[in-house]
Amino acid sequence: MIEVANLTKRYGTVTAVDDVSFTVKTGEILGFLGPNGAGKTTTMKILTCFMPATDGRVTVDSLDVFDDSLEVRRKIGYLPESAPLYTDMNVTEYLSFVAGIRGISKAQLPSRLDAIVNVCGLTEVRRREISELSKGFKQRVGLAQAMIHDPDILILDEPTSGLDPNQIVEIRNLIKKIGEEKTVILSTHILPEVQATCDRVLIISRGKLVADGSPDELTSQFHGDEQIQVTVTGTTPDVLRSALGGLSGVAWLDVSGGREVTARLTSERGTDLRERIFRVVVDKGWTLLELHRERTSLEQVFRQLTGADGRRDA
Amino acid sequence: MRNTWLFCQKELRSYFNSPVAYIVLSIFIFITGFFFTSSLFLMGQASMRPLFSLLPVVLLFFVPAITMRLLAEEKRSGSIELLVTLPTRDWEIVLGKFLAAWILILVGLLLTLFFTFTVTTLGDVDGGETWAGYLGLALLGASFAAIGTWSSSLTRNQIVAFIISLTLIAALTLIDDLLPVLPMSLAPVLQFLSVSYHFENISRGVLDTRDLIFYVSLTFFMLYLAHNTLESRKWK
Repeated sequence: MIEVANLTKRYGTVTAVDDVSFTVKTGEILGFLGPNGAGKTTTMKILTCFMPATDGRVTVDSLDVFDDSLEVRRKIGYLPESAPLYTDMNVTEYLSFVAGIRGISKAQLPSRLDAIVNVCGLTEVRRREISELSKGFKQRVGLAQAMIHDPDILILDEPTSGLDPNQIVEIRNLIKKIGEEKTVILSTHILPEVQATCDRVLIISRGKLVADGSPDELTSQFHGDEQIQVTVTGTTPDVLRSALGGLSGVAWLDVSGGREVTARLTSERGTDLRERIFRVVVDKGWTLLELHRERTSLEQVFRQLTGADGRRDA
Repeated sequence: MRNTWLFCQKELRSYFNSPVAYIVLSIFIFITGFFFTSSLFLMGQASMRPLFSLLPVVLLFFVPAITMRLLAEEKRSGSIELLVTLPTRDWEIVLGKFLAAWILILVGLLLTLFFTFTVTTLGDVDGGETWAGYLGLALLGASFAAIGTWSSSLTRNQIVAFIISLTLIAALTLIDDLLPVLPMSLAPVLQFLSVSYHFENISRGVLDTRDLIFYVSLTFFMLYLAHNTLESRKWK
């Protein structure tokens, strides 16, 4: 359990993190979302005991990150942004070095190495020098060193940045797998990543926490409207417009098309129009080609919360 | 202490895994050998004195070259962040890196024993003086390595680290050459600060605790500064 209370970090006159408070429960995958320079990395650097906060208190399992720094560091596995590794070592050498500092005994080392190399998919590059590895493999070596001591908490700063789409999916799946047992905090500015991996999202903007909740909660909380798109044949736009316009709960309607007529409509908050639309189409004897509901995406919530306009304090 | 040794091993491995150690050691031995043999035959005496007056000057260039990357490279690549978030104390990191550099210097000094044995076969060499000279060199090497470690902690640029340590070491080595041009009242202070003054005492075979304490305290003071620089991320 991680508790962050009124965390503030100032660099000179610049306030990087401004009075941020949150808690992370054991076993949660927490996504830290925000534009570049919002204070994600700074918060992580404080959590991992790299530098202290200007103000506020951070505890990990009731241990203070500043006063009981060594104990806290034992519990945490950390992958900094862009995975800075010792590129002149090979994968096994590097992981053995970290394992040594992490207090893994010589006797345990081989089995631990095998396990971690397996989990992170590094078997084929075990003997390769890190400088020769692709970005994706480097990132995995970074994950492996963060997990070598089987920590309770993993802190990953932009774990998928700079990877190609296939690698991103692989790393995401890996994080999900790890997150089944461990507490994971990851930062990203890529939205689908949060939706795909995280149980909970914190949106941070200009050092302030602006939203906190599950991806679903956030999307419904910040935008209750739903967009429905329906495509039918066997009628004309005008007929369709009057038929759908007669339904209650339609906030906005737009119809277009020729042989295939498409209507886009927005429902009022809290009403689900799909069933009624279906009835209308069936009653009139038209053919339904498509009926599709679009929820507000997290992306829209994110823009709304972190953009220059429409900022809103949570 | 266990971590210190692990850090030291890691640094040694990166010295010897790459050409760095071999290139630096070959150049070291080549330059030392060249100047030593030329002055030896010029003097025509079986004495280690020429070697001992030469080695501090060679180390003046050699040590900054091997210490410059110790911390600067970690800062440049960002791996410092991984390093200091491991469950280890900052002084263990500094000490481990310093030890690795010192060990490499000792290896260099060990190689010069070859010259010493050669001279021994040519004539009578004062054994006590020779061993005292090597002890002095080891201590001098330690203080240079500590200065280099601190310099490397100050910057993320290896060249800058090299220049800082070269300047510092040169200043401490050459300071007593300035004595004639400076006011008499400053003389004892400058002489005390001079690395070469203390080394001359030791290499004459006179083991005075003041000289030994000078090197040990200079070494620890520099390591203390390096530690504080590394820790300064916490005060910013």
